[in-house]
Amino acid sequence: MKELRLMKGNEAVAEGAIRAGTDGYFGYPITPQSEVMEYLMAEQPEKRTGMVVLQAESEVASINMVYGAASTGKRVMTSSSSPGISLMQEGISYCAGAELPCLVVNVVRGGPGLGTIQPSQADYFQSVKGGGHGDYRLIVLAPASVQEMFDFVFLGYDLAFKYRNPILILSDGLIGQMMEKVELCEQRPRNTVFDPSWTLTGKTPDRERNIITSLDLDASQQEKHNQHLQEKYRKAEAEEVRYEELQTEDADYLFVAYGSSARICQKAIQLGREKGIKIGLLRPITLWPFPKKPLAAIAPRLKGILSVEQSAGQMIEDVKLSVGCGIRVEHYGRMGGMIPSPEEVLENFEKLFIKK
Amino acid sequence: MTEEIIIAGFGGQGVLSMGKILAYSGIMQNQEVSWFPSYGPEMRGGTANVTVILSDERISSPILHLYDTAILLNQQSLDKFEQSVKPGGVLLYDNNGITRHPERKDIQVFLVQAADASAKMESTKTFNMVVLGAYLKIKPIVELASVYKGLEKSIPKRYSHLLEPNKKAIEEGQKIVKKV
Repeated sequence: MKELRLMKGNEAVAEGAIRAGTDGYFGYPITPQSEVMEYLMAEQPEKRTGMVVLQAESEVASINMVYGAASTGKRVMTSSSSPGISLMQEGISYCAGAELPCLVVNVVRGGPGLGTIQPSQADYFQSVKGGGHGDYRLIVLAPASVQEMFDFVFLGYDLAFKYRNPILILSDGLIGQMMEKVELCEQRPRNTVFDPSWTLTGKTPDRERNIITSLDLDASQQEKHNQHLQEKYRKAEAEEVRYEELQTEDADYLFVAYGSSARICQKAIQLGREKGIKIGLLRPITLWPFPKKPLAAIAPRLKGILSVEQSAGQMIEDVKLSVGCGIRVEHYGRMGGMIPSPEEVLENFEKLFIKK
Repeated sequence: MTEEIIIAGFGGQGVLSMGKILAYSGIMQNQEVSWFPSYGPEMRGGTANVTVILSDERISSPILHLYDTAILLNQQSLDKFEQSVKPGGVLLYDNNGITRHPERKDIQVFLVQAADASAKMESTKTFNMVVLGAYLKIKPIVELASVYKGLEKSIPKRYSHLLEPNKKAIEEGQKIVKKV
């Protein structure tokens, strides 16, 4: 029989980490994601699978422990919330440069600065446009349910090892703190086979030594390395775009929203359709690579697009780049930890597009 | 069937755990559920609230503006959420410490004196279960058998001796709830 549990999003990430065969979790507590490590500490996964859970002295230490452990080809991860993720940016850039597979979870809270502890989506730019220095990309997964918080740990590791690249799960305080029904899958065994072409497993006489570094002082070599990274990113753009379309077949208008905002928009769409306004939803599941083509394909059939985010309007830039100038694109959002209600989203949509 | 509920009161009254038991009960009956708490500084000593949704269909927004039922357990919550009940919806409250009572005429108002009842039963900590019992009398959206199963799931094993008093409290709530 399938195993059903009532869990918080943060707990689902933690249980997902254990069942996905994580070898090491390194983290530092911060609201609203503290339940991730709380759950792991209480669950004692070292007894279940041998997984190491360690509270580091800071976020900077956490991400550098991830760097070190990922160098051995093990499945490793960390999690934090916005201010902590900012502290990790240097390490994430190093992981991307050194091509280390790893998983970072950001349960976003309101900013800037220490901000607030309530849900927000204002870390979009940081997540998809860099955050750290240099020409690198993260594949960014945006869960919209507690179930996806669990599932995306597995997907995240698959992608991390496919591309030898850090993967970011971009959640928020709402998805992290809410409880829903989760269907848990079987335990996946921990890695036992490590790719000898790059992992640090102890040099044996039959192979050259492997070096994990992001440093190459020879600019022409560094450019070659960058070209290699870019090829990887083009491949990810071609193969990894994920999204969900709801009620777009007959839609006159489209909401574009991810994560918790996508949930709120679904209700707003239902309320709108009860009034006879045909709205659909495109929910990007990968924020990078962004679902440009699917969006461009729907756009010609629409009268307008509303990008809904809990931010001042960040994703709207990617929406506009996807659909070009031929269609009106507007933004609605709240900031600093405020969550819009479905009624509020619909009302503001109507103000922008329906009422003269 | 979709039932959208807000439960609000003081931190420590068992508002969040009452919501959790309701959500568990829904799962026992194969329903979709969501539970979203207020979290953060306002929980410590101040007000706490939780939005619970039970539905036969996939749940869209876990955040709402209007509710089918509001269970309001202190004055602040009553002031804040009385206007958030849908017309024709249900407002359930305890008049302990209440100076301004519900005023709306377009909703159904019910009273449960749960603080008094739980004090009389000498188990004030089962206050929230008296309220839950009252709610399920008004809206039997989940069977009591499912609730008891939900209780068993959410009470840690070392507290299993508390199961009986909690069941009694639910029964008491069913008896004493009255329409205003």
